[in-house]
Amino acid sequence: MFRASSSTSHIARPFRAKLRRSFATVQDTPVRRYGGLKDQDRIFTNAYCRHDHGIKGALSRGDWHKTKDILLKGDSWIIQTIKDSGLRGRGGAGFPSGLKWSFMNKPNWEKDPRPRYLVVNADEGEPGTCKDREILRGDPHKLVEGCLVAGRAMNASAAYIYIRGEFYQEASHVQQAINEAYKQGLIGKNACGSGYDFDVYLHRGAGAYICGEETALIESLEGKQGKPRLKPPFPADVGLFGCPTTVANVETVAVAPTICRRGAPWFAGFGRARNQGTKLFCISGHVNNPCVVEEEMSIPLKDLIEKHCGGVIGGWDNLLGIIPGGSSVPVLPIKQCGEVLMDYDSLKDAQSGLGTGAVIVMNKSTDIVAAIARFAHFYKHESCGQCTPCREGTTWMMNMMDRFVEGRGHQREIDMLLELTKQIEGRTICALGDAAAWPIQGLMRHFRPEVEKRIAAFRAANGPVLFGGRLKTETDPTLALPDNLGANLPEVAPPSAQ
Amino acid sequence: MLAARLSRTLKAARGARRISTTPARRSDALFVHRDTTYNNPKIAFEFSPDNLKRAEEIIARYPPQYKKAAVIPLLDLGQRQNKGWTSISVMNYVAKLLGMPPMRVYEVATFYTMFNREPIGEHFVQVCTTTPCMLRGAYDILDTVCKDLGGIKPGETTKDGKFTVIEVECQGACSNAPMLVVGDDFYEDLTPETTKKVLDAFKKGEKPKPGPQSGRHTSENSAGLTALTSEPYGPGAFCTPEFS
Repeated sequence: MFRASSSTSHIARPFRAKLRRSFATVQDTPVRRYGGLKDQDRIFTNAYCRHDHGIKGALSRGDWHKTKDILLKGDSWIIQTIKDSGLRGRGGAGFPSGLKWSFMNKPNWEKDPRPRYLVVNADEGEPGTCKDREILRGDPHKLVEGCLVAGRAMNASAAYIYIRGEFYQEASHVQQAINEAYKQGLIGKNACGSGYDFDVYLHRGAGAYICGEETALIESLEGKQGKPRLKPPFPADVGLFGCPTTVANVETVAVAPTICRRGAPWFAGFGRARNQGTKLFCISGHVNNPCVVEEEMSIPLKDLIEKHCGGVIGGWDNLLGIIPGGSSVPVLPIKQCGEVLMDYDSLKDAQSGLGTGAVIVMNKSTDIVAAIARFAHFYKHESCGQCTPCREGTTWMMNMMDRFVEGRGHQREIDMLLELTKQIEGRTICALGDAAAWPIQGLMRHFRPEVEKRIAAFRAANGPVLFGGRLKTETDPTLALPDNLGANLPEVAPPSAQ
Repeated sequence: MLAARLSRTLKAARGARRISTTPARRSDALFVHRDTTYNNPKIAFEFSPDNLKRAEEIIARYPPQYKKAAVIPLLDLGQRQNKGWTSISVMNYVAKLLGMPPMRVYEVATFYTMFNREPIGEHFVQVCTTTPCMLRGAYDILDTVCKDLGGIKPGETTKDGKFTVIEVECQGACSNAPMLVVGDDFYEDLTPETTKKVLDAFKKGEKPKPGPQSGRHTSENSAGLTALTSEPYGPGAFCTPEFS
């Protein structure tokens, strides 16, 4: 602080301005622009599958280079390096990876006779997300090597890579990489000649989005229905087959060896504080050239789209909204899209989230209500049915959203729907309930006038609508209708019209 | 007499209003098994010698006391051998092989969407219609597929038993939307024209090249690379001194 204020005196400023500065004033930091990552700093150099994905190509791109030395450095060195690099989990929650891995090495862990597992979550099913796919098919050796390094850090005896069943080509690339690594003695007994035994197995799933949740994934791997478990006990205590387990995303695991080789400060040099590193972003929807690209964290969302995707179809002004992190985060309207940075904190401040870094762009040709209603269908389909709020709530939300697409509803039902989402959020074992609720909350937060307009238009054309979607004209006038059906309620003027 | 009165009251009620308008089917697929001529426990099923060897390899990946962890891969193997669908015999056989109660296998087979419990056509066409694909016109693709295959609806099989079409949730190729899956292969970056081309090739008994149908390689920017333009760096480059 003192140094900062003393250095201000070197800058020529008007005298008055200088007087106003106290010791508490910090020097204006130079504005740092994020983005513009160079090829030499990209970790996934074969993301586009333009080179050989086998062992030969992988060795020539620097995989398995001095892996033995990394292993010989020991678990605490690797964990400290990951902690220093500021790597946060790339699967959506953004939990600091070094800290998570260190939970496996509790005091006296050596005395525990149980085997220990690393489980890699390659069950990539979040709508909008297609980043892990590029790692699995382009750079599978990075993942296998990552399993070994991360496994060494948490003293695991084996790794299971749980890959979604639909990724057949990707699974065969990973299996090929595993076989090649075994053949070369890179994994298995005495992996890389370090005296450390480590096995890597591939496990193919069979099509269930919920298996991307860590405890559901463990259940599925044990050969059961993918229904999340209650925590605690946390997987680090009782996980796969009742043994200590850590579940990590593909990207988190696959960057670990490169971070160890290039040093934590290099990785921490990208992005803002607490959001460091590089990240694969996948952009889909209404952009001219959708793509998957590795970029610096904290790159402005607008830069990401203009630089790598050829801009929004019809120009930036034709933008309606962007979902910045996959289907489970709320949508952002155009004003915020121009301001946010692609990192955990900036998007959290904008009441959204980075999620998996899956950017879904929607321009003005989009029927935003139908787009979010489609997500409601997705969550209804993928709810595992274990917790009542989620199982019943997703169906209710889907039905209501379907009605709102054509405006068949009552203005008061918007608030009912919002209340419903609040009743689901936080009342389920896993986060799927939250994930189903947030897109609808985001829609109502930013695009409520659009929904209100549709309801008003439908009412103008078809007469009053009861709660639940029935028209008043469809009811039998000879029967008394209870008041709580909303048939005789005067139409509430939308707040935006007041 | 009671019956007569009941029917009269029912008739009167029907005149005034319907008793229930709730559709009876609440889920995507029937969860119960009903014996049919093509699907009953008496039809024998066994792994072929090749598959049995593969199954043993798969079982060896898991701890010996947790053999049942192999149930999903084995059901998948059985489905592949059984013309793309999982019959009750496949489930029973897998249960026997893994020494687990058949009910536990049924639970798994009904939970996961990739196990078809009804026979499917030779080519299993799965069109993704989740929002990222929908924004790029997935419903046009679905309409094209249905129309091209003789006006069938999603969930149906063509009369010649060649194609089954279904609508599926996100397949994880969103930057290459819209896309469809035939069997195990992804066909991406589709337009109605290229969709027809892909289907025509399958009709002729050929197998079109999987991947993007627009001419791009994988998921790079189609207007020219914006990243990874240079040759990848080699071993030890840019590493800290001890690793270079």
